Amino acid sequence: MATTPTSTPAPKTNRIGLTVLDYRGGKTTLCAGCGHNAISERIIDAMYEMGVPPERVIKPSGIGCSSKSPAYFMSRSHSFNAVHGRMPSIATGAVLANQKLIALGVSGDGDTASIGVGQFVHLMRRNLPIIYIIEDNGVYGLTKGQFSATADLGSKLKTGVINDLPPIDTCAMAITLGATFVGRSFSGDKRQLHAMLKAAIAHKGTVMIDVVSPCVTFNDHEGSTKSYKYMKDHEEPIQDINFIPAFEEISVEYDPGATVQVTMHDGSRLQLHKLEEDYDPTDRIRAISRLHEAHENNEVLTGVFYVNTKAPSFIDMLDMTPEPLATLPESVVRPGREVLEQVMEGLR
Amino acid sequence: MATTDVALRQATGQAGQKRVVNNMSIQVATVNGSGSQSSNSVLLRSIFQMGVPVSGKNLFPSNIAGLPTWYTIRANKDGYIARKKEIDFLVAMNAETAKEDVMSLAAGAAVLYDEPLGLDKLRNDLTFYSVPYDKLVAPVCPEAKLRKLVKNMIYVGVVAKLLDIDMAQVEKAIRKQFATKQKAANLNFAAAKAGYDYAASSLTKQDPYFIQPMDKTAGKIIIDGNSAAALGSMFAGVTVVTWYPITPSSSLVETLIDYMKEYRIGKDGKATFAIVQAEDELAAIGMVLGAGWAGARSMTATAGPGISLMAEFAGLSYYAEVPGVIWNIQRVGPSTGLPTRTSQGDILSTAVLSHGDTKHIMLIPNSVAECFSMATDAFNLAEQFQTLVFVMSDLDLGMNNWMSDPFEYPTTPINRGKVLTKEDLNRLGSFSRYKDVDGDGIGYRTLPGTEHPAAAYFTRGTGHNEQSQYSERPDDFERNMERINKKFETARSFVPRPEVITTGKAKLGIIAYGTSHWGIIESRDQLRNEYGIETDYLRLRAYPFTREVHEFIEKHDRVYVVEQNRDAQMLSLLKLDIKPELVTRLRSIAHIHGLPLDARSVTDELSSMEGK
Ligand SMILES: Cc1ncc(C[n+]2csc(CCOP(=O)(O)OP(=O)(O)O)c2C)c(N)n1
Ligand code: SF4
Ligand SMILES: [Mg+2]
Repeated sequence: MATTPTSTPAPKTNRIGLTVLDYRGGKTTLCAGCGHNAISERIIDAMYEMGVPPERVIKPSGIGCSSKSPAYFMSRSHSFNAVHGRMPSIATGAVLANQKLIALGVSGDGDTASIGVGQFVHLMRRNLPIIYIIEDNGVYGLTKGQFSATADLGSKLKTGVINDLPPIDTCAMAITLGATFVGRSFSGDKRQLHAMLKAAIAHKGTVMIDVVSPCVTFNDHEGSTKSYKYMKDHEEPIQDINFIPAFEEISVEYDPGATVQVTMHDGSRLQLHKLEEDYDPTDRIRAISRLHEAHENNEVLTGVFYVNTKAPSFIDMLDMTPEPLATLPESVVRPGREVLEQVMEGLR
Repeated sequence: MATTDVALRQATGQAGQKRVVNNMSIQVATVNGSGSQSSNSVLLRSIFQMGVPVSGKNLFPSNIAGLPTWYTIRANKDGYIARKKEIDFLVAMNAETAKEDVMSLAAGAAVLYDEPLGLDKLRNDLTFYSVPYDKLVAPVCPEAKLRKLVKNMIYVGVVAKLLDIDMAQVEKAIRKQFATKQKAANLNFAAAKAGYDYAASSLTKQDPYFIQPMDKTAGKIIIDGNSAAALGSMFAGVTVVTWYPITPSSSLVETLIDYMKEYRIGKDGKATFAIVQAEDELAAIGMVLGAGWAGARSMTATAGPGISLMAEFAGLSYYAEVPGVIWNIQRVGPSTGLPTRTSQGDILSTAVLSHGDTKHIMLIPNSVAECFSMATDAFNLAEQFQTLVFVMSDLDLGMNNWMSDPFEYPTTPINRGKVLTKEDLNRLGSFSRYKDVDGDGIGYRTLPGTEHPAAAYFTRGTGHNEQSQYSERPDDFERNMERINKKFETARSFVPRPEVITTGKAKLGIIAYGTSHWGIIESRDQLRNEYGIETDYLRLRAYPFTREVHEFIEKHDRVYVVEQNRDAQMLSLLKLDIKPELVTRLRSIAHIHGLPLDARSVTDELSSMEGK
């Protein structure tokens, strides 16, 4: 018998006592090196660090390699792998049924910008509280590499086919339509995506993040504008992002001239240290025009393009009881006999 | 009774005519958008208030203003309220159709027309009354721009006088119609009165039609099927409603919005519901499924074109086992094909909506009372069986006014189905979402947000095992398909049973459903009285078919399946369900003219098919 017992140190836990393992999902079946896997990892880390109870999270998705990924993170959260391009409606219904849920929707560029563009547009307009992530590889991965509508002009497929249609900029679209937290990141930019996701969790309203996420199998070659190499060469972050959650009582000094600080709904602080002079993420019009300029200059801008913490969310507009509609008791949802009597009297 | 009535009465009976009391159909031919709706409702209500069974059917074009519209009121002492083919009394207000309207009448009918139309020259076997509307309207309605609307109330007064409808009832109906607008009520009553006075002083009663007081409507209500469905849904506890406007379903949700605002706002002023106008029907059904998945009682209302768009999601609901209610107010379609005409044309496509093997539960109301009661059935079945339930109404039922006994307060409690709570999970430790624990094919589900580490499961289409893990294994797939089929078999004993009328002596059976019912009950009497043909009758109220349906077909030599579509859609579903040797017993009587089914057409066809 050993005299000095060896104790393994207790695993690290977050503020609600869960370990990072509690945020894991099933083993991925996506290709090794697929950008989508890296995004799943960032989601796990962000949710863990923010101390979000996994049971309160729902993971609706559409169809595609990207839309499969909710199976690979947060197994303790309900998932709904819906039909192609219709994640927004599933998410909307679920959030209406239970406004206490935290919705993290995953979609692809095909799922969002082609078949699902109608639902995407209207979700943005409603400013429904949801984190909408596009895992954007410029192609349809699951159907083996056809162009999607986010593919850049002149981008080349493995087969040599050149894209001759202009891309849809989902971020410019989201800002135009009313989303209140809009950004672009890169699955390979660990630090930036991580900070952005944490801020997204603190936001109340539609968060739309377009994450460039290379498809190693169909769109990572020379001539692609969504490859790891292209992104490493062309990514232009407009800010250095620092996120300080409300539960961390630390004060971080910042220079108001060089940094924009946004106070989020829960009191968290989002500090955007300007890498581009004069960029103001609360100016919608300027944000949209800057995105269009980027296309002209072949730059891939990343960062938080627009944030607005004042706009009412769809839930606010509906003026519902704070209790989830899903579990309201019969006594609340079925009016009494006297109501039916009164209505009948009026019809006599 | 006014003394002038006596004078008119005496004038009737010319040529030894027999008085026809409480048995007629009145048709008002107007122009869409001319504001004749209120006048027609007032006329309908006045007859109803006199205790005479009545129905009103609006035959309108797909147009906002300018195209012809016909409103038919049938008053019938025996309670027959189906559309009647023949028109007895025509109110011709539309110059464009007047000639054709008059030419299509049977001899002996009466025509009330706007003087300048000069219709009385067209035929000499009809009774004509002319009314100088423009002259009459000017003194009662000084405001010129209102005259077009008010003019319509004049014919109500004239008809009241000619048919002997009590003016006190007309006034009551007008005051009800314009309940919140006293000035409008006064103006309209003055117009009706002007019509009445004109008829009293200048027209001589020559037709045989009269309305006389009866006691057959006491305590009854008048309501359209869509409003009844809306009320039913509210009392069924609906919490999430999504929709995309389409005739004839829009008024269902619009009425529901009004009711919910009135009766489903909590004491704190907060809504106990969410109603969202979606961007299209794809989104409408997606939101219904998202909400149903998360535990809300959710519904949408649509018509054929919307149903088509919902196909993919309907299949997902079937396989992912997500509850929801869809009101299908059937109409003719697609596209611009008679969108404002009634039909039972979506029966087959809805039953199997989507790809792969799918079969959906459908409930089929025939009356406003069933629109109300089946709402509770639909939501309970949807949650009990964790699947979509379609309520198959139609334009005739949904948009027309029907009399009914007052609705009964739902006695069935709200059944939320097999949902495991946090406490259940504490007890059980874990659960398998798609395992048939109880032998009825129905698994247990958890709602998102349930605070238990074992609560979550992954929702997707067909490819999953009992634990809801992704699987493409043939045995998993097959087991799942069989289990879902078992649910459908279980549903046979839970859906509303058919209404069966057996005489004990009939070799012939009739099967019908929905609004066809009203033509059938009248036709059965015609067949018996005119041809000596005795029939038994089964009115379907749901799909899947229950035991009674099979028994009924087995007990009859020939079974006529009457429906309002071309391809005998319900008959096709029956064929799939019954014993092969019984299939040859089925005969189809199908109607596809876009007008509500009338008894005469059925009687003619059935009797001739029986060789009479
Ligand atoms: C209605 C419908 N049409 C087509 C498909 C076939 N399909 C599956 S995934 C996909 C494209 C997915 O592309 P994207 O959203 O970019 O996801 P990725 O695989 O690239 O992550 C398509 C067209 C489908 N599932 N459903
Ligand atoms: S095909 Fe492309 S998108 Fe799909 S998993 Fe492989 S790398 Fe990822
Ligand atoms: Mg893609």
